[in-house]
Amino acid sequence: MSEFSLYLLQQLINGLTIGSTYALIAIGYTMVYGIIGMINFAHGEIYMIGSYVTFIVIAGLLGMGLVSLPIVLLIVLIVAVIVSSTYGWTVERVAYRPLRGSNRLIPLISAIGMSIFLQNYVGLSQGYRDAALPPQVVGGWTFGDPAVFEVTISYMQSIIWIATLLTMTALTLFISRSRMGRACRACSEDLGMTNLLGIDTNKIIALTFIVGAALAAVAGILLSLYYGVINPFVGFIAGLKAFTAAVLGGIGSIPGAMLGGLILGVTEAMTAAFFPAEYKDVVSFGLLVLILLFRPSGLLGKPEVEKV
Amino acid sequence: MTNKFYNALFASGIAFILTCLMVGIKLDTEGTQLAIKGASAEQWTWIGLGIALVFLSQLFSDKIDAIFSKVPKPKLSNMLPKEQKMATLKPWLLALLIVGMLVWPFMVSRGSVDLATLALIYIMLGLGLNIVVGLAGLLDLGFVAFYAVGAYTYALLSQYFGMSFWACLPISAGLAALFGFILGFPVLRLRGDYLAIVTLGFGEIIRILLNNWTAVTGGPNGISGIDKPTLFGLEFSRRAKEEDTVLFHEFFGIDYSSSYKVIFLYLIAVILTIFVVYVINRLMRMPVGRAWEALREDEIACRSLGLNRTVIKLSAFTLGATTAGFAGAFFAARQGFISPESFIFIESAIILAIVVLGGMGSQVGVILAAIIMTILPELAREFSEYRMLLFGFLMVIMMRWRPQGLVPMKRPHLELNR
Repeated sequence: MSEFSLYLLQQLINGLTIGSTYALIAIGYTMVYGIIGMINFAHGEIYMIGSYVTFIVIAGLLGMGLVSLPIVLLIVLIVAVIVSSTYGWTVERVAYRPLRGSNRLIPLISAIGMSIFLQNYVGLSQGYRDAALPPQVVGGWTFGDPAVFEVTISYMQSIIWIATLLTMTALTLFISRSRMGRACRACSEDLGMTNLLGIDTNKIIALTFIVGAALAAVAGILLSLYYGVINPFVGFIAGLKAFTAAVLGGIGSIPGAMLGGLILGVTEAMTAAFFPAEYKDVVSFGLLVLILLFRPSGLLGKPEVEKV
Repeated sequence: MTNKFYNALFASGIAFILTCLMVGIKLDTEGTQLAIKGASAEQWTWIGLGIALVFLSQLFSDKIDAIFSKVPKPKLSNMLPKEQKMATLKPWLLALLIVGMLVWPFMVSRGSVDLATLALIYIMLGLGLNIVVGLAGLLDLGFVAFYAVGAYTYALLSQYFGMSFWACLPISAGLAALFGFILGFPVLRLRGDYLAIVTLGFGEIIRILLNNWTAVTGGPNGISGIDKPTLFGLEFSRRAKEEDTVLFHEFFGIDYSSSYKVIFLYLIAVILTIFVVYVINRLMRMPVGRAWEALREDEIACRSLGLNRTVIKLSAFTLGATTAGFAGAFFAARQGFISPESFIFIESAIILAIVVLGGMGSQVGVILAAIIMTILPELAREFSEYRMLLFGFLMVIMMRWRPQGLVPMKRPHLELNR
């Protein structure tokens, strides 16, 4: 293969890696939107908290002398998911539940407040500056002609793919097979009716926030290990990207969020291949605007009908 | 009671998880290695106190609620005089207020005049966003983009073409309006939440472009040395830059004082603000203003009555952008230096908070909230670290406690006395 096509292949691999983490965060948006029809504005901050917990736990375990990588990652996973889910639950309890039934703008604004609060809460307690962690997973597979261009798939990238795949499978099984998953689907179909049928919708809504936060925490672990640098403001842009992914795929649709994340990731990587890296954000927002213009219901979403 | 006890235990457990990892343990660097250190004993005491507070407040929640329900909610409308009396008093009060605003800067320190100018900028921004969010009900999270357009228009025109502030002011507003129109045209078909995110994205795009288009905008370094406004060609600097410029203090034959410039800027801001308040106040009572509110309340009903929603939304969006452009041009003139740093998302959030805090749609409320939001941080200087934290907290609390804002909007209406 020529140098150019190998270069594109490398960009595709990088894009899929980033895209799968976007997809994980996007599911949180899409699930909440599917049920209560609102954007969880503080979702990006949950992802950021997941990243910080990852750094804290890894630093702590390394400090204690534990070096076995699988065990470290397992402990990180458990702690980060628990802590992030707690934050997700709290966001719902504080910023959404008391305001249910009021004007649509009201919960959105309180969620923006929550997001600013969480950014500064982490910033004040952990410092506003970047925190850096040396790469924990090093090495990778390379192929291609060394004289022309070498394509690398790092171990970290393969971990991200596998972890995303596993999480997505678990989520799909949970939604389609379990009792609670059925309740979730029923709620997104018709919240009032589900309530009448004797399902505690408040619990289901809280559950949606918790599941979304857990997925965001997984994304936080993966991306923070991949990039190795975090600060309290990483959640903002990641949340925006993930929301774009959710809209791209059709908000309210879980497979749509997965697809949207991957498409967005690849688009960004391809943009970064040809233009200065700063413009990749511009391209992804431009994509969002275009999608909303020409297909407001997204790729896999159902068109919404306005009823009187 | 046991139920309550478990509930309280649960809440304090949640509080423990929320605080112990973030406040209790800190990231630290040892050389190149990342390490953690525990918080000081004092901080742990605070965490313990906080958790105990959560536990007790949950345990006795019904008693606390009972106490709070006895505290009367403030009813600001009762404090105002009766409506008829108000109608006769209003012109006098307004005249008094305007005279007060014009005389006031000559009696106080330079710092407070400067602060008042800043407050006036936020009043203009708040009023502009109030059209979009409060009246037309379109949540715009990228309002700061139009502010940036206004500011950069003046800065660039002044730097490259040497144009004066007064010539640039309408151009800035016009260009911001054009941006509002161009952005608004495609996105206004979208429903509320989508619109919020698209405008947020637009705000970021503008900021990224300003940051990276180094050849024209100076990139992250911004533009400095922007000319200050002049009074009919009279400059307020100590020495003339060029031979033929006339200086203010020389023209009037008085001693130079740097506070003239500050007061002059303040007076410009007052005039601009009064202009903006007046225009918007008139617009609200015109058919287009009525249409904004009608559209906010019920879009489908409006369309069935034959109102063109695209035109109405676009007019709100464009007028909001125009006001932001005004404020932006003045901001650039006042600072003399602008950079993309001034136009980040938090700025949009602050303007939105002003509108929400004041009461969506209410002009008096927005003006009041803008003053509070600029003056409070100055008063709470020693808490400046916690400023944004408190700001986010306040936004949540306000939405729970008083979602209609400090001074809710009152429609002009008549009541029949029986």
